[in-house]
Amino acid sequence: MQARKKYVLLGLCTCCWLLLYYWGGLQERLLGLLTHRRGEVVRPWPNWLDRDLLPGYADQAELQNAGGPGDSPRQRRQSWAGIYKDSRCRMDTCFDFARCQGQSSFRVYIYPPEKGERVSESYRKILTSVVESRYFTSDPREACLFVLGIDTLDRDQLSTQFVPNMDERIRGYPLWNDGRNHVIFNLYSGTWPNYTEDLGFNVGQAILAKASLNTEHFRPGFDISIPLFSKEHPQKGGERGWLVRNTVPPRRKYLLMFKGKRYLTGIGSDTRNALHHIHNGKDIVSLTTCRHGKDWEKHKDARCDHDNQEYERFDYQELLHNSTFCLVPRGRRLGSFRFLESLQAACIPVLLSNGWELPFSDVIQWNQAVIEGDERLLLQVPSTVRAVGTDRVLALRQRTQMLWEAYFSSVDKIVLTTLEIIKDRVNSHISRNKFMWNALPGGLLVLPEYSTHLAHYPFYYLNLGISPGQEFTAVIHATSPLVSQSQPIMKLLQVVSKSKYCSQIIILWNSEKPPPHRSKWPPMPVPLIITDGRRKTSSRFLPNAAIETEAVLSLDEDTVLLTSEINFAFHVWQSFPERIVGYPPRSHFWDPVKKAWGYTSKWTNEYSIVLTGAAFYHRYYHHLFSHYLPSSLRALVDRTSNCEDILMNFLVSSVTHLPPIKVAQRKQYKEMPILQGTKMAPWANPEHFTQRQECVNTFASWFGYMPLVHSQFRLDPVLFKDHVSVLRKRYKDLERV
Amino acid sequence: MCASVKYGSRGPALIPRMKTKHRIYYITLFSVVLLGLIATGMFQFWPHSIESSAEWSLDRRSVHDAPLVRIPMSSPIPERGDLSCRMHTCFDVYRCGYNPKNKIKVYIYPLQRFVDEVGVPISSTGLSREYNDLLSAISDSDFYTDDVTRACLFIPSTDVLNQNSLRIRETAQALAMLPRWDKGMNHLLFNMLPGGPPDYNTALDVPRDRALLAGGGFSTWTYRQGYDVSIPVYSPLSAEVDLPERQPGPRRYFILSSQTAIHREYRVELERLKEENGEALLLLDKCSNLSQGLASVRKRCYKGQVYDYPQILQESSFCVVLRGARLGQATLSDVLQAGCVPVIMADSYILPFSEVLDWKRASVVIPEEKLPEMYTILKSIPHRQVEEMQRQARWFWEAYFSSMKAIGMTTLQIINDRIYPYAARTYEEWNNPSVVKWSSVNSPLFLPLIPPRSPGFTAVVLTYDRIESLFRVITEISKVSSLAKLLVVWNNQNKSPPEESLWPKVTVPLKVVRTKENKLSNRFFPFDEIETEAVLAIDDDIIMLTSDELQFGYEVWREFPDRLVGYPGRLHLWDHEMGKWKYESEWTNEVSMVLTGAAFYHKYFNYLYTYKMPGDIKNWVDAHMNCEDIAMNFLVANITGKAPIKIFQHRHQCYPCFPFSSTLSASFFFLSRSECINKFASVFGTMPLKVVEHRADPVLYKDDFPEKLKSFPNIGSL
Repeated sequence: MQARKKYVLLGLCTCCWLLLYYWGGLQERLLGLLTHRRGEVVRPWPNWLDRDLLPGYADQAELQNAGGPGDSPRQRRQSWAGIYKDSRCRMDTCFDFARCQGQSSFRVYIYPPEKGERVSESYRKILTSVVESRYFTSDPREACLFVLGIDTLDRDQLSTQFVPNMDERIRGYPLWNDGRNHVIFNLYSGTWPNYTEDLGFNVGQAILAKASLNTEHFRPGFDISIPLFSKEHPQKGGERGWLVRNTVPPRRKYLLMFKGKRYLTGIGSDTRNALHHIHNGKDIVSLTTCRHGKDWEKHKDARCDHDNQEYERFDYQELLHNSTFCLVPRGRRLGSFRFLESLQAACIPVLLSNGWELPFSDVIQWNQAVIEGDERLLLQVPSTVRAVGTDRVLALRQRTQMLWEAYFSSVDKIVLTTLEIIKDRVNSHISRNKFMWNALPGGLLVLPEYSTHLAHYPFYYLNLGISPGQEFTAVIHATSPLVSQSQPIMKLLQVVSKSKYCSQIIILWNSEKPPPHRSKWPPMPVPLIITDGRRKTSSRFLPNAAIETEAVLSLDEDTVLLTSEINFAFHVWQSFPERIVGYPPRSHFWDPVKKAWGYTSKWTNEYSIVLTGAAFYHRYYHHLFSHYLPSSLRALVDRTSNCEDILMNFLVSSVTHLPPIKVAQRKQYKEMPILQGTKMAPWANPEHFTQRQECVNTFASWFGYMPLVHSQFRLDPVLFKDHVSVLRKRYKDLERV
Repeated sequence: MCASVKYGSRGPALIPRMKTKHRIYYITLFSVVLLGLIATGMFQFWPHSIESSAEWSLDRRSVHDAPLVRIPMSSPIPERGDLSCRMHTCFDVYRCGYNPKNKIKVYIYPLQRFVDEVGVPISSTGLSREYNDLLSAISDSDFYTDDVTRACLFIPSTDVLNQNSLRIRETAQALAMLPRWDKGMNHLLFNMLPGGPPDYNTALDVPRDRALLAGGGFSTWTYRQGYDVSIPVYSPLSAEVDLPERQPGPRRYFILSSQTAIHREYRVELERLKEENGEALLLLDKCSNLSQGLASVRKRCYKGQVYDYPQILQESSFCVVLRGARLGQATLSDVLQAGCVPVIMADSYILPFSEVLDWKRASVVIPEEKLPEMYTILKSIPHRQVEEMQRQARWFWEAYFSSMKAIGMTTLQIINDRIYPYAARTYEEWNNPSVVKWSSVNSPLFLPLIPPRSPGFTAVVLTYDRIESLFRVITEISKVSSLAKLLVVWNNQNKSPPEESLWPKVTVPLKVVRTKENKLSNRFFPFDEIETEAVLAIDDDIIMLTSDELQFGYEVWREFPDRLVGYPGRLHLWDHEMGKWKYESEWTNEVSMVLTGAAFYHKYFNYLYTYKMPGDIKNWVDAHMNCEDIAMNFLVANITGKAPIKIFQHRHQCYPCFPFSSTLSASFFFLSRSECINKFASVFGTMPLKVVEHRADPVLYKDDFPEKLKSFPNIGSL
C-alpha cells in the first residue's frame, strides 16, 4: 500500500511537472502571440542558450599585444617608397615633406615660360592665381610645391591646345624628380571614343589636380578633384550666387530640368540616351538634342526631329532660374560645366555620374548640397526629388550658394582651395577640420596657423552653442609724442580703463619719438602694455600675442568717448561678433560719371564703413588682415599712412557679406577743436580724401568685386531719447549734450 | 471542473478495487492530465501556432545545435577581393530599391557549423560572443528583415572577426556556399583582426569576391574608399570596466604610453622624450614580475610601480596609440573610453568610421616620422581645444565604439547613407556630442542674404469684428511704399466680412480669408496668398505706426531676414523669490521679445509655427487665447539662437489694447503671460530667448540734421 502510494505520488509529480512544462510553454507562446503581430518572427537571431559561454573573438592579451611590435618602422618606411608609387602614390610615399619644413614654408614655384610656348586662357589664369597667392616663390630652392609652365589642361589629342612630346620635355627638367612635389592641373583627358583618364604622358609621382576624376583612378589623400570650369570663368571675385531670397514654399516653377545633348553612341550615351524618359512636360523638363558633332544625322533616330524641336522651345538660362533641381548627368567625361552652372544658379544639382570623385571631395561634404543619384536608377529620380522636404530644399539650396561663393566662383578660389588642401596635408596637425571647410565663411578664410580651435574664430559661436567672451582689449594707436598730461590720450585711457569689461590696454606707439617712460603713464586698474608699431600704419592690425581676449577695441589717440558708450558698443558686439561694431560711419557709392567707386564722409542715411578709429571687432581679423591680404595692399596702406580702416572694412565685409554696425554716439566724432601743439589731423588734408577715394578702387579691384554692403540703421540703447525718466535709463550719459 | 465531476461519477466503474482516498488521487491526476492535453492540443491547431512553435524551439537552442555542413574539397573558392570595387560597380543597388523610409533591409543567414570533409571545423572558435552580440543587435534593429527576397544587404553568420582563428581556404569555400552569395554581391563581412604573421595584411585574407568588408585596421592601399567601411577593433575591456566620464581639463600626466607591444625603435624615441620632459610623460610597459593568474591585461608597470589599466588612462591628457604589427589597435577604444585624447601614429591607417567622423576634432594624428616632435606639437594645442577633444573622444567612444551593437549600427548607417545619400545624416549629427547638439543652433536660414527691396512685404491683419479700427489700420498701412499685398484674416465665423464696396480703397491687392475656427494661431498660418518672403503681422488696432516707421521696419528686416523685427518690446526675467520666469512689460533697458501685434518676419516661421511647434504649445495658445506672440518669439529664438530686433515705438502706444475693466484683469493678464513663459520654457526644455540692450533706429535718428534730408523723418515725431 505504501509503495503504491509512493508510485501514485511520483506519478502525480511527473504529471504536474509535465503539465507545468506544457503550460509554461503555452503561456510564453501566448505572450509571444500577443506581443508580436501575426506572421512576424519572434527573434530572428536566436537567443542562444549558451550565449554566455561563447568564447571571445580574441584573447585579451593577444589583443593588447596586437600581433607584436612588427617590423622595424624605419625599414618599413623605406621599403614603402619603393612599392607604393605611380598609381599607388600616397602623401607618405610620393611626397617629400622635407622640402616643406618650418612654419611659413609652404611655397609654390612655377617653371618659367619657355619661348614660343602657347598657354591657354584657362591655364594662364591658373598660373596668375598661383603667382598672386601668398604662397608663390620665384626661388625653386625654397619651394615645397612645383607647378609646370607647360599647359596640361587639355590632353585631348584632337584638341588644338594639345601639347605634344610632354614626356621628353618633362624629363628635361632638372627639378622634375619623377614628379615628386609637383602638381599637374588638368581639365580634359582622353579622347574620342572612350575618353580614358590617361593624360598621354607619365605623371609619375606628381599630384593630379584634375577634373572629371574617376574614383577608381583617384589616389585618395593624394590627387585632388577640381571642377570643370570654362575659359570665361573670372580670375578673381566672381559673380555671386543667384539666390537672393529664401522663398517659402521653396519650390520653383519646375521641379527638375535638363537641357543638353543626347549622345546616340559612345561612352556616356547610356545615361544621356535615357534622360528623355523622365520628361513629363509639366514640372519635369528633360530636353535633349541630337544635334552635335559633324555627323549627327548619320546616327539620327526616330526621336531626334521631335526632340530637337522641343529643345528649341526652352531657354537654358530661364530653366536654371526657375527650376528647383537640375540634372547633372555625365557627358563624355564624368564632370560637366553644368555642375558649376547649377551650383551658382542655386538649382540643386542631381548628379548622375557614377564613379565621379566630386570636386574637393577631401574636404567638402557634398551630400549637404547636392543629390547624388545613380545612373542605374534614373527612373527613380523623379520620385526621389519629389520626396525631398521643404526644410531640406531650403538647406540644400543655401548650401549650393555657400560652396559656390567659398570655393568655385573664381579661378583664384579653385586654385587656392587646391593649394590649401595640399597645405593641410603637409602640416596635418595645423590644419582645418571638416567643420571649418563646410561652415560659413568657408575654409579659405580660416587660417589654421591662427588656431585650430573652433571657439577662437568669430564665426562659430552659434554652432558651438557658446557666446563670445566677456572682456575686451583696447588697442590705442598713438602717433603724437606725449607732452602734457591733458592730452586726449590721457583722458581716453581713463575712460577706457573704467569700463568693467576692459581686461587690458595696449598702446601701439607709432610716433617719431621713442615711447615715454613707464612712469609717465597714469596708474591704471588694468594692465597697460606699450608696443612699438615701427611707424607703420598697418601695424595696428598686426596680430599681437598680447591680445588675449576675443574682442578688440581699436582706438585712435584723439578719440573722445564715454565709458558707457564703450560698454554699450561692447554689448552690441557680443550680439554680432563677426562684424565690426563702431561709431563714425562712412559710405561708398558708384559714380556713374567717373565710372569708379566714390567715398564719402558726409552725413548720409546709409553707411557701409565704420571707422576703426573707434570700433570693436574680433581679434581674428588682425590675423586675416596680416596673412590673408596680399602684402601689396598692406604696403599701400603703409606708404600713404591711410586707408587701413577702409581695408579692414573691405576684409570683414568680404568675409561676412554683411555691413558693419554703427552704434549710438553722443557727439559727432572728432568735432572738438584741434589742440594746440599737436600736429594737424591728417583727415583735414584734402589730399587725404582723394587718397581714400583711390584706395576704395584699388581694394575693389584686388577683391574682384565690391564687398562693402550698405546698412540703413544704427543701434541705440533701448530707451535712447525716449520720453521716460532719465533715472530708468541705463545709458543716460549718451543723451547728454 | 465539469470534467472532473464527470469522471468522478464514473470512477468506481473504472477502478473498482480502490479506496476512495486513492481514487481521488487518480481522478485528479487523470483529469488534470486530460485537461492539459486538451489545452495543448487546442493550441496546436491554433492558427500560426506551428510556425511560431518552430521559432520557439529555435530560440531555445544551443549554438551546437546549428546544422552541420560539410564542405566538399572541390567546393569553389571565391576570387580575392577586387580592389577597384565601388558601390556603382560591385553593388547591386536594384536590390535596395526605392524606399520611402530610406532604410536598407539586412538579412542574416541562419547559423551553420561548417566542417571540412574530415569533419574539422573551419574556425577554431566558432561563433564568438562579440559576433553573436553584433548579429543580435542587427536582428533587433529596424534594418533587419527575415525575407531573403527583400533584403538589400546580406550578412553571413560565419564569424570572421579574427582571421587567426580561421582556416582561410575553407572559410572562403563556406562563404561561396551561401545560397545568395552570387559573387559576394551585397554581402557584408565584419573583420577586426586581419592578416597574420609575419607580414600582417591590412585587410582580411579570406578570398571574398565582391563582398563589402567592414574591417578594423585598413591601410590606405587596401581600403576601397566609398565601398569598405573602416571599423574599430573592439576592446572587450569596454564591457568589463566601467570608467565614469571625467570632466574635461588638465590631467596629472600630459602624455601617456600604455601599449605593451611598441617597437624598440619607437620605445627608444619615447624614452628620449621622457628624458627631455620628465614627469609630464608616463611610459608604461608590461609587468614582468606579476604573479601568474593575476590578470596581466589589467596591469601596467613603470620601474616596478604597478598601475591599473585602463584606469590609468584617465590620468593623462594625451595617450599614445602607436601602430604595432597591425594598424588597428584595441587600445584606441580604451583610450577614447577614458576621455584621453589619442595621439595616433600609424602611417597609412584609415581611422575607424573616417568616412563620417571628423577625427581632427577628437585626436591628433602625427606621422610616425615626427614622433620626436610629438611633445612640441601637442604643447602647441590650446587648452580649451584639448578639453573639447577630450569630450569629443569620450563621445566617439560612447556613440560608436562602446559595444558591438554600436559598431554594427554605425556600419549599417554608413552603408545606408551611401545608398540613400539624400537622406544621409549630417556632419553635425555624426560629430556633435549630445550636449553640443542641445545647445547649438543650425539656423534653417543660415545664408547671409539681404533680400532686394522689391517685391515688398505682405501685411497680415487678424481681425474679429472691430471693423472701424480695421479700416483705419488698412488705410494707414496702404501708404507704406513697400507694401505688396494686404491679407485680412477674418476670424469671426458668425459674421461675414463687410461687402467689397465698403472696404477702403487701396492701391495694393487686398484679400480676405475666412477661417473655420476662431483661433489665435490662424494669424501665423502660411497662407498661399502670402507670396512675399516678408510678412508684417499687425493687429487690427495698431494705428499709431506711421508709414515711415513701417517702411523703416521693413528695411531693417531686410538686413535681418532671419529675425523677428518688431515695435513694442518685452522682456522675460528670472524671479528669484518665486524661482520661475516672469513677464515684464515695463519700460526696460533690455529686450528679449517683440510683440507680433506689429512685427516683420520671414514667412518660413509661419511654417514652423503651424507644423513644427514643439509639444502642445499651439493648442495651449488656442485654448487660452493668449501668448501666440510669446510662442513665436520662443520658436524663432530657439531655431536661430538670435535675439529679435526692436524698432523705435511711440511712448503712448497702447498695446495690448485690451479693454481692461479693472486693474485686476490687467494683472491677471500679465500673470498669465508669465505663466506662458514658464510653460514654453518647460516644453522647449531650455530658455531660448536672448536678451539684448539695443534697438534699431535710422542712421540719422534725432541727429541735429535737416529733417527733409533724412530718409525716415517721420519717426518718433509724434
